[in-house]
Amino acid sequence: MTKLYNEPSPLETRVLTKRFGLPNSASLDTYLATDGYVAIRKAIEMTQDDVINEVKASNLRGRGGAGFPTGMKWGFVPRSSPKPKYIVVNADESEPGTCKDRLLMEYDPHQLIEGMMIAGRAVDAKAGYIYIRGEYRYLIDIMDKAIAEAYQRGYLGKNLFGSDFSFDCYTHTGAGAYECGEESALLESLEGKRGVPRIRPPFPAVVGAWQCPTILNNVETFCAVPPIIRDGGAAFAALGVPKAGGTRLTCLSGHLNKPGVYELALGFPLDKMINEVGGGIPNGRKLKAFIPGGSSCPILTAAECEGLTMDYDSMANAKTMLGSGGVVVMDDTTDMVKVALRIMRFYAHESCGWCIPCREGTAWLRKILTRFVDGMGTKQDINLIGDLAHNMLGRTFCPLGDAAALPTISIVEKFRDEFEAYLARTTVSIPVQSDLPVLQPGM
Amino acid sequence: MAELVSLTIDGRTVQVPPGTLVIDAAKKIGVEVPAFCYYEGLSLQAACRMCLVEVEKMPKLMAGCTLPVAEGMVVRTETPTIAKARKSTLEFLLTNHPLDCPVCDKGGECELQDMVFRYGAGESRYTEIKHHVDEKQWSPVVYFDAPRCILCYRCVRICDEGMGVGALGVINRGVVSEIAPNKTDHLECDECGMCIDICPVGALTSGAYRYKTRPWEMQHVGTICTHCSNGCKTTLGVRNNEIMRGDNRDQSGVNGEFLCIKGRYAFDFYHHQERLQSPLVRKNGKLEPVSWKEALEAAAARLKAARDAGSKIGVIGSTRTSNEENFYLQKFARLGLGTNHIDHHRTGDVVTLLDALSGQKDALATTADLYEKPAIVVLGADLALEHPLLSFQIRANFRHHQARVYAVTEKPVREDKYAAAAIRCDAAGELAALETLREKLANEPELVIVFGDTVKGDAVRKLVAFGSSLGKPVKYVALVDYSNSRGAMDMGLVPELLPGYRPSGQTGMSAGEMVASGDLDMLYIVGANPLEGGQPLGGKPFVIVHEMFLTETAQAADIVFPASSAYEKNGTVTSVTGEVQQLKKAVQAMGTKPDLEILGLLVREMGLAAQIGPWTPDKVFQEIRETVPGYNMPLPVIATGGAVQTAPVNGRIEVDARPDLVRSSRDGLFTSGTLGRYSKVLNSVVEGRHHT
Ligand SMILES: Cc1cc2nc3c(=O)[nH]c(=O)nc-3n(C[C@H](O)[C@H](O)[C@H](O)COP(=O)(O)O)c2cc1C
Ligand code: SF4
Ligand code: SF4
Ligand code: SF4
Ligand code: SF4
Ligand code: FES
Repeated sequence: MTKLYNEPSPLETRVLTKRFGLPNSASLDTYLATDGYVAIRKAIEMTQDDVINEVKASNLRGRGGAGFPTGMKWGFVPRSSPKPKYIVVNADESEPGTCKDRLLMEYDPHQLIEGMMIAGRAVDAKAGYIYIRGEYRYLIDIMDKAIAEAYQRGYLGKNLFGSDFSFDCYTHTGAGAYECGEESALLESLEGKRGVPRIRPPFPAVVGAWQCPTILNNVETFCAVPPIIRDGGAAFAALGVPKAGGTRLTCLSGHLNKPGVYELALGFPLDKMINEVGGGIPNGRKLKAFIPGGSSCPILTAAECEGLTMDYDSMANAKTMLGSGGVVVMDDTTDMVKVALRIMRFYAHESCGWCIPCREGTAWLRKILTRFVDGMGTKQDINLIGDLAHNMLGRTFCPLGDAAALPTISIVEKFRDEFEAYLARTTVSIPVQSDLPVLQPGM
Repeated sequence: MAELVSLTIDGRTVQVPPGTLVIDAAKKIGVEVPAFCYYEGLSLQAACRMCLVEVEKMPKLMAGCTLPVAEGMVVRTETPTIAKARKSTLEFLLTNHPLDCPVCDKGGECELQDMVFRYGAGESRYTEIKHHVDEKQWSPVVYFDAPRCILCYRCVRICDEGMGVGALGVINRGVVSEIAPNKTDHLECDECGMCIDICPVGALTSGAYRYKTRPWEMQHVGTICTHCSNGCKTTLGVRNNEIMRGDNRDQSGVNGEFLCIKGRYAFDFYHHQERLQSPLVRKNGKLEPVSWKEALEAAAARLKAARDAGSKIGVIGSTRTSNEENFYLQKFARLGLGTNHIDHHRTGDVVTLLDALSGQKDALATTADLYEKPAIVVLGADLALEHPLLSFQIRANFRHHQARVYAVTEKPVREDKYAAAAIRCDAAGELAALETLREKLANEPELVIVFGDTVKGDAVRKLVAFGSSLGKPVKYVALVDYSNSRGAMDMGLVPELLPGYRPSGQTGMSAGEMVASGDLDMLYIVGANPLEGGQPLGGKPFVIVHEMFLTETAQAADIVFPASSAYEKNGTVTSVTGEVQQLKKAVQAMGTKPDLEILGLLVREMGLAAQIGPWTPDKVFQEIRETVPGYNMPLPVIATGGAVQTAPVNGRIEVDARPDLVRSSRDGLFTSGTLGRYSKVLNSVVEGRHHT
């Protein structure tokens, strides 16, 4: 039996994770014994429009980070196009703080396969690719095993369940690039090219893998589809809030007593999530800062968190995003300048280098922040950090540049006093009136 | 025709076809949107972010280089937000840039300098250590200085898309991303320098030019490449009577932006240390330097004596000398020396083609046709190696117009990759192979057929018959080798034809016969090396040679005149497609004279000036325009550096075209007949290949 990484919480709404913890949860038998491959049979009986409408009715929004309505995306696929169509699963899960897709694949790989098949049925795609993050190598074996089992027992392949529906499924591994989680860079990488984004439009739904119409969704998004088709879109929608249906696998990390991945209904109160699901902040410390959904989101202060719920609108009102489900809780011992540096080191390392503002901006910011943390910051640096981040924002080729700029801007604006405090304990004395550069061997 | 889309740019309305990009729509009304990575004709990148514009109803700035126009769109290109964006992008760009403009080859003509001058900040806020990478040499021609690179990917695209070579790529990621050869540490490519030329900054530099001069110290002379027949315009950068570089600054030639290694770098033969700088006369069995006066007097005396004695005199002309020189040479031979033994190395069967096309109009393709016509047949030639410009044109045609290309060749060729059909066969099977394409070709609305030297004589007639039977407009190109191979034929450097393909009514010896038969008393050779490879001269003729180097032929001569190269004279040449263009003198090589002047001085010395006429290039060209059919072209077009296609005949040419004499030298990218042996750059590439 697979060991769970964390104890489930009674506050969870377990739809996608309902098989987690069952004996042999990844096996086809366990899957079949728990409503497995029921939804695909149902989808085969339905018209394609009905399948898509059911997904629309579920108010399912993409779980990869951007939160685009899934049913609408599927509707963009030109089904009458003579080209083959493809299903691509984004299993590149690399957003810092996010670790949910791996569990969905580890504990319940057939649910993902079935989700892909239903998508295939909806848009006439006959093949699907699971693009798995390079560092998740062990998951490739698990997925490959599940796929092989499905083929063996007639759940993948030609003329499934006696119908004219056929579907093939393949895994493909990334090579360790965060940027390859961006959908168009993922497609380039899948095609064997350098992982840089494509010019959009056209979007993958119209021109995707090998220039063919392609549905590309996050693992969790596909995993939500079998329950939606099985139990109806309305039931799924009812679990969440009006404009966002269902649950989200929320990855709680940071200063918490009970970190882990929990499936929470959309609209779950933030405060309750930290204190009850996550078991509260250790040692009686207080909340200082909060990342709602991966490091790409603007960071919230404790005061800003008050009264928020975990859904798209609530987060948008707080000028941040629900993002990828990677929640990071930081207590009052956290050094926010170091947080800014840690985040920028990630983006500077992961910038694909295609466009100027992100390529040069992230590297420059990393250097300034490193120097700052090393006690060699200047007063001008504080404004410069904010200004450079603003100069990246909205001007890069893909959203990675924004993802680097947004948290940085939020940190310098909301925690400016911490930067100033750093100057006070500067170890190197800097002439006050001088604008002379302060150099140090860079990275 | 689709409806035009109407939009507003900076308050002005512009109408453009749907699908037009905002950056191009702006250009149409004279609004320049700054750009690095956008390059007309290459694929889109949207990487540099310099072209950001404001579009009403769009939440953020948009890249003008990838945004298609839409009806009613309102675009602004000069606002405070845009100014700030441009300034910050340049600031980012300069963070790791070495700012070594004072020593950079590109200084003064660098797009980054210009951009920073117009849009950049006055001061830098960057105080960190710059990322440094050492300079690398990738080939004898190509050097790369990574810190100067702005990663616009133009080089990668021109090499892949433009050249069809794909030798360049990107390694690493993020701020340490770097352009790199796909062979990791060196290039094994065409060495065309297109990547260097297209680089907006000084990141790619050429072994031939780097650190030699500042651009503003040069004078720029647009002339025609002397190497192959494709007629590329190369602009020679000259400083103190020295050629510093070749490029195509104004892109005004038939070649547009294209040059191969030979047009760009292989001008270097002109200052090879073995260049002849003084006339030579054989004394006591040895060639000794003498004055021009002595050499001319000696040559004139021998020629006069031979003519007056009715001796047999042979004349061999050149495939690189100008039309004026060739015209004057045949006139001198026929009228002055009274001989019809006149010939040159024939490399393509132009005569049979013109004869077979008798009565047809518009049947000779231009260089532009290869880019514009919907279908191209390549018959028996490896264009990418032997005719680089034509190959470039066809690739661009495929990329931009989805032209169908049919390659019928003996070996695999670069065209195969995108060809609608590629057929392998030997020379004998070419027409049969073409026949198998009949149905496809008949469905093409128009066609250009380019054929090599394996198609000659009857085969040319059959080819034209095949073309005519398709019932569609078909144009032809008979491939020839060198910069004025075509002009030599047009100017009557053959026994059977006078200038303009008028039958001479007389017979004469071919070049091969003149050299080998031993039947001649005198042999006069201008810029040709028939003894190449060491074949012996038959008999004991008295030999006079015009040459740049002591070639095998010059070594066998009794008198050698040191001749100017094409880059040291004025005149015209005729390209493979019959396009006439102007040669312009860039430098003067010490001690040499243009062949036309040498001939003129000799004519004067022989007292024939009144009979043969004046010998300045413009006077001779005037005579050509007045007397040679097909050459009565508008002077202003030629004189301003343009190209005009000749239409030499439109009627039967009732002579034996001697297809048996047609033989191409099949020069590749790095060879150029005898001349190529004196180019260091070509030799270094060839040697480099042997080592790797
Ligand atoms: C830099 C970057 C990295 C991304 N990484 C991931 C990722 O690892 N997994 C993912 O599902 N989506 C990722 N995305 C979002 C995808 O581009 C895309 O929106 C998503 O896969 C669509 O699926 P969804 O609609 O189901 O969310 C990333 C986006 C960006 C800009
Ligand atoms: S913003 Fe630009 S450099 Fe950064 S990852 Fe995207 S495309 Fe690459
Ligand atoms: S020299 Fe020409 S072939 Fe070689 S890398 Fe540059 S563009 Fe490509
Ligand atoms: S080397 Fe030049 S052309 Fe190539 S990417 Fe760099 S700047 Fe652009
Ligand atoms: S293609 Fe021919 S004419 Fe053009 S540059 Fe090369 S050698 Fe010269
Ligand atoms: S020109 Fe538009 S992004 Fe480079």
